[in-house]
Amino acid sequence: MDELDRRIINLLQAGLPVVDEPYAAVAEQLGIEEDELLSRLQLLLDKKMLSRFGPMYDAQKMGGAFSLVAMKVPAPRFDEVAELVNSYPEVAHNYQRDHNFNLWFVIATETQQQIGEVNAEIEQRSGLQVYNFPKLAEYYVGLQLPV
Amino acid sequence: MDMKVSFRHPRLPEQLVLDARDMALVTLIQRGLTLSTSPYAELGRQLEMTEDEVISRISNLIDAKVIKRFGVVVRHHELGYRANAMVVWNIPDDRVSELGPCMGQFDFVTLCYRRPRRLPAWPYNLFTMIHGQDRNDVQHNIQALAAHCGLDELAFEVLFSTRRFKQRGAIYHKSAGKE
Repeated sequence: MDELDRRIINLLQAGLPVVDEPYAAVAEQLGIEEDELLSRLQLLLDKKMLSRFGPMYDAQKMGGAFSLVAMKVPAPRFDEVAELVNSYPEVAHNYQRDHNFNLWFVIATETQQQIGEVNAEIEQRSGLQVYNFPKLAEYYVGLQLPV
Repeated sequence: MDMKVSFRHPRLPEQLVLDARDMALVTLIQRGLTLSTSPYAELGRQLEMTEDEVISRISNLIDAKVIKRFGVVVRHHELGYRANAMVVWNIPDDRVSELGPCMGQFDFVTLCYRRPRRLPAWPYNLFTMIHGQDRNDVQHNIQALAAHCGLDELAFEVLFSTRRFKQRGAIYHKSAGKE
């Protein structure tokens, strides 16, 4: 990856223009030809440095409900409880973290009420307390990293 | 992140109501635009819309903030950001709305949310995701953040992830202390 690749990635992380010929518009900003931009982007995709060109949605605005949920799982039971949590299709991500709150997952459902229902069921089936951390305010969602 | 798009005509705060054509577009563009001269025209061909209609609908979704960002989606790990941590802070309630945006100014902070405390077990009310080249770099970034925003007196904890689970069927892979 050279300096031009970095400029391309940083510019395109900020946004792809929504115009007839978006790559041509970006190429012009970079002072290169559209063909060169497209071939470099293809190479970065092939090398799996980029995953795709498209939207990051605010899923909440589309009517869904989300929450971050944590549990303190005793070490001997960790795999069993993680498997229980993973078995729910509503669980979108699930991470083990090095803390006594060691299991962290995101629940996505259609309604707020369903979040509580899934949590209550996990609590009942695992016999462990479930800590619900709904988002109260969002100060930043950049999702952009300079390269 | 791919997500199900099954919600029917949700009403948005800005009064924009997604109709069936918006939903078809929302679903299709999750897969990504093609690398070609006129990617919006190609989407239109698949959806039986004109290029202008595709452009105007995507623009509306961006204006309504249904689409938070429309651009390239990078792979952090392949680009050298090999470590990240959830860093949680105990911020006095009357300072959260000042310190949240301060922390968000940094490029290495990709998420910054206020969430409820769960006392006594969990005193933290501000959740950030902080990236770095490795764990030391993440720690260095946390120090820089604390110094810049005046967080030195405030309690925080750093939670590195040790495993990432796949969603379906409890399949997981060990990620050797990084993600």
